[in-house]
Formats: sequence, C-alpha cells, structure tokens
Amino acid sequence: MSLLSMTRLRGGYGGADILNGIDLRVEAGEIVVVVGPNGAGKSTAMKAVFGLVDIREGRLVFDGVDITRLRSDRLARLGISYVPQESNVFASMTVHENLEMGAFIRRDDFSGQLARVYDIFPPLKEKRASRAGSLSGGQRQMVAIARALMLEPRLLLLDEPTAGLSPAFTELIFEKIVEINAGGTSILMVEQNAKQALGLAHRGYVLTLGANRYEDTGANLLANREVAEMFLGG
Amino acid sequence: MVLEIIQLTVYGIVLGSIISLGAIGLSLLYGILRFAHFAHGDVMTVGAYLALAGVTGLGLPIWAASALAVGGGVGLAVLIDQTLYRRLRRTAPVILLIASVGIALILRSLVQFVWGPDTQVYTQELQMPVRLLGIRLKPTQLQIVAGAVILVVILHLFLTRTRTGKAMRAMADNPELARIVGIDTELVVVWTWVIGAALAVAAGIFLGMDTRLQPTMGWHILLPVFAAAILGGIGKPYGAIVGGMVVGIASELSTMVFPPVYKPAVAFALMVVMLLVRPTGLFGAPR
Ligand SMILES: Nc1ncnc2c1ncn2[C@@H]1O[C@H](COP(=O)(O)OP(=O)(O)OP(=O)(O)O)[C@@H](O)[C@H]1O
Ligand SMILES: [Mg+2]
Repeated sequence: MSLLSMTRLRGGYGGADILNGIDLRVEAGEIVVVVGPNGAGKSTAMKAVFGLVDIREGRLVFDGVDITRLRSDRLARLGISYVPQESNVFASMTVHENLEMGAFIRRDDFSGQLARVYDIFPPLKEKRASRAGSLSGGQRQMVAIARALMLEPRLLLLDEPTAGLSPAFTELIFEKIVEINAGGTSILMVEQNAKQALGLAHRGYVLTLGANRYEDTGANLLANREVAEMFLGG
Repeated sequence: MVLEIIQLTVYGIVLGSIISLGAIGLSLLYGILRFAHFAHGDVMTVGAYLALAGVTGLGLPIWAASALAVGGGVGLAVLIDQTLYRRLRRTAPVILLIASVGIALILRSLVQFVWGPDTQVYTQELQMPVRLLGIRLKPTQLQIVAGAVILVVILHLFLTRTRTGKAMRAMADNPELARIVGIDTELVVVWTWVIGAALAVAAGIFLGMDTRLQPTMGWHILLPVFAAAILGGIGKPYGAIVGGMVVGIASELSTMVFPPVYKPAVAFALMVVMLLVRPTGLFGAPR
C-alpha cells in the first residue's frame, strides 16, 4: 500500500477545474518530484492534499485513511507536513515561535526535535529570536522547512523549496532534503530546478494542464528526450 | 498653563486606558476575522449595565459585579458569534459588518428597554479627588488606569506565553498556514471573542465609573475606539494601546482650544489623517 495516493483527482477553486484527473503516489521512504510548466496545477495538487481545494471527483488516501474531504487542520494530526510555495512562515513571529507552531499539535516533549532541527539548519539557531519576516529569502525557506520538520512528519510536502534562492543556497536546500529523507521522512516535492531535483528523486511526474504527462524514475525522466526538451532547457 | 497641560494629559491617560481596552478587542477581532465589529461599543454598554445590575440589584461590591459582568458579556458575545456571525463568515465581509451594525442597534435597544433611557451611576458617594503636586485625580481614575495596566499585562502574557495565545497570533498572521500546522481556527475564533468581549466589558465598566451609564455610552465611544485601532494599525493589539493613548490625550488636550463637545471630532480627524497618510497605522510601513 502506498503512503499517499491521489487517484483521478478533479477540482479547482470554484471555477473551471484546475486538476483534470491527476494521479500521484508516494511510497514510504521515497522522494517524489513533480515538475511542469507554470500554471500546470502543481501547487494546486499539493493544496488538494491539504484540503485547500474543492475536490469534485477522485480520491486521496494517506496510509489507508481516506483524506479526500478532511479539514486542513486534521492533516497534521495524521503526520503530514506541508510547506506552501508562498507565505510559508509566520512573518510576525520569531524563528523560535515558528518552530513551536510547527509542533503545535504535539503534546509530548519536542525539545529533542527542536535541537535536531537547529542542527540541520545552524543559521536558525543564531536567528531564533528574530522575526521570520525580517530574514533573507534563503533563511525564510529554512524556517519554513524547519517548521514542517517539527512534527517529525511521515510525509513532507515541499512546494518549490528553492524558488528565488541563489545556486549555493539551492544546493544546500537539496542536500538537506536528501538528509531529511535519509532520516526516514518520505518527500513529495514540486520543483522548478527540474534537472537537480529529478537527479535526487526516486520517481518523478511531469504535469501539464492538471494531468499526468509522464511518470517514471527520476533517472529515466532525465534521460527522456521529450522531457528534456520541454523542461530541462534542451 | 503647564499645569493645565499636565492635568489634561492625566485625564487623557484615563480616557486613553478606556479607549485602549476597547480598541485592543476590536483590533484582535479584525486580525482574526477580517471584519470591523461595529457592535463593540454596545458590548461595552451591556457590560457596564450588567455590572450595574450586580451592584444595585444584587448588592455586590463593584469588583464582584464586574467579574459577573465579564462572564455575562463574554457569554453574550460568543452566543452572537456562534448563532449569527458564524453563518456569515463565508460571505462578503461587508455583510458581516452590516450584521454587526444590526447587533449594535439590538443591544442598545435592549439596554434601554431593561434599564431605561436615563443616566445612572454605580455609586452616589461623592468622590473626593486627591491632589498630587497640583494635579487632581479621583480614586476611581487611579483604579481605571491600574485596572487597564493589569489587563494589558495579562493579555501580553496570554499572547506570548500560552499555546492558545500563540495560535491566535499565528492565525492573525497567516490563517491558511495556521490551519496547515493543525490549529483549529474555529476554536481560536471563540477565544478571540472571549478576550475581546472581556476587555470591552472592562472598558464599559471603567467608562461608567469615570462618567455615568447611558444606553448610548458605547455607541458614542465607538468612534474614538475605531480611531485608536486604526492609529495603531488595525489587527495589531499592541498598536491599539498606543493608539488609544494618543486619541485619549489628544481629545483631552483639545479642550484647551475647542469646546469639549468636539472631543469625538478630534478622534475622527486623527483617524482620517492616519488613513490618508499612513493607512497601515503608526507602526506600519508608509505607503
Ligand atoms: N487561489 C486560487 N484561486 C483561483 N485560481 C487559482 C488559485 N491559485 C491558483 N489558481 C489558478 O490555478 C492554475 C494552476 O495554478 P498552480 O498554482 O497550481 O500552478 P503551478 O503549476 O503551481 O504554477 P507555478 O509553477 O507558477 O507555481 C493557474 O491558472 C492559477 O491561475
Ligand atoms: Mg506553484
């Protein structure tokens, strides 16, 4: 059984459908990367998992539980964390408070995880008392990912975690993602840096117009000539 | 002249304390629900009269009557939210706003129906002002300022130290992300009404202690309360405190130049100027 499966999903934001029968799955332990042109519905697919899209048809199942119409605040309780593409930090709250909010539903002692997260992103430790909104783009992205990790999620959804970051920062974030995955967290990630992302993915999907175009292992997609022409700059 | 300025500033701080308590609630509610609660002043009125009922009806001391009034005011606000506002949350904000104007009228009429239109007081005892370095101050005025300071400190601890308080700030900051991290936003809404109404009731009682009780008291102070919330940057509870002080002090100082009936006009002018020059408030980024 897959950890997450999205079956023939159709829906959108009230108007015309954005998702047109998309299929996606994540197996336990995998890094799955979704690429596609702007407006293909990649972000919408991620939001759909978190109950932020009107789903008309299809099914979402996480670890055997039907989550198709679950309220968004219930998803975290199942062990799914989500880093949206935009406004993914609490800008007026400190770095430390952002991490606390990531652990909001935890009633146990999460100081161990807090220390681990600061270990993964050392710059955040120095900035722990700064407001997240005052940080650089790269540091904000670290806060967003670190916040999501506070849950010790089984599945982590990342929507363009390297958007707008310098090549060095992008490299760093990808390294961290591999590290997080090695720690046992499955990852579903949307990325614009298709070449790098597919390079570290177990499997990948190419979406266009809210539906699957290609689906294969990361390596095979990178080797696919049509995919290369479409998204990898020839 | 200098003494008069100091004296008026002191009165301004008293008035500012009352306005601030109302403005904090208005600002919190705006931050969470994105709507301007026009019935906030009348929640203050209801609170003031509930305390009056405790004092004159049950013969309670004012502090005990106040506690009772806070309970009643909070219960009423949550009831109104859950039966009316909640159904309208998915509609356009202007519909919520108009609904709250309706609630304002209903609350005021109810108060007038139950307690009558005449002005009333908590106590007939004459207040002897204390003199301090030439400044006159009634004991109730000291109590009002002290009470406001205590409430603000409690609110600060709540917002920065408790799980619910942090959830409230998170939701005001980014409602979608708040849901994503697992915050039950409907519960946060209820808590916001609890805090907002409790502070409004306290403001209403303080207003009644400072002056007199009247069914229109809350409606009349609503404008300065709004001005304070906007001055502080609507949605920012700490800004509302500063905004309240600015409005309170400016209103009192204006009586040196204009007749006292123009006090609300001063608040209104401050609000309009702020909206034109810097709509995000004193602490917001300039446009
Ligand atoms: N909140 C919304 N309300 C209405 N339409 C939306 C909303 N968000 C996105 N859309 C529309 O849905 C379509 C798909 O958007 P989506 O953000 O899913 O694309 P994407 O593949 O993530 O693109 P990008 O690479 O630019 O992030 C677009 O046409 C967009 O205009
Ligand atoms: Mg997107």
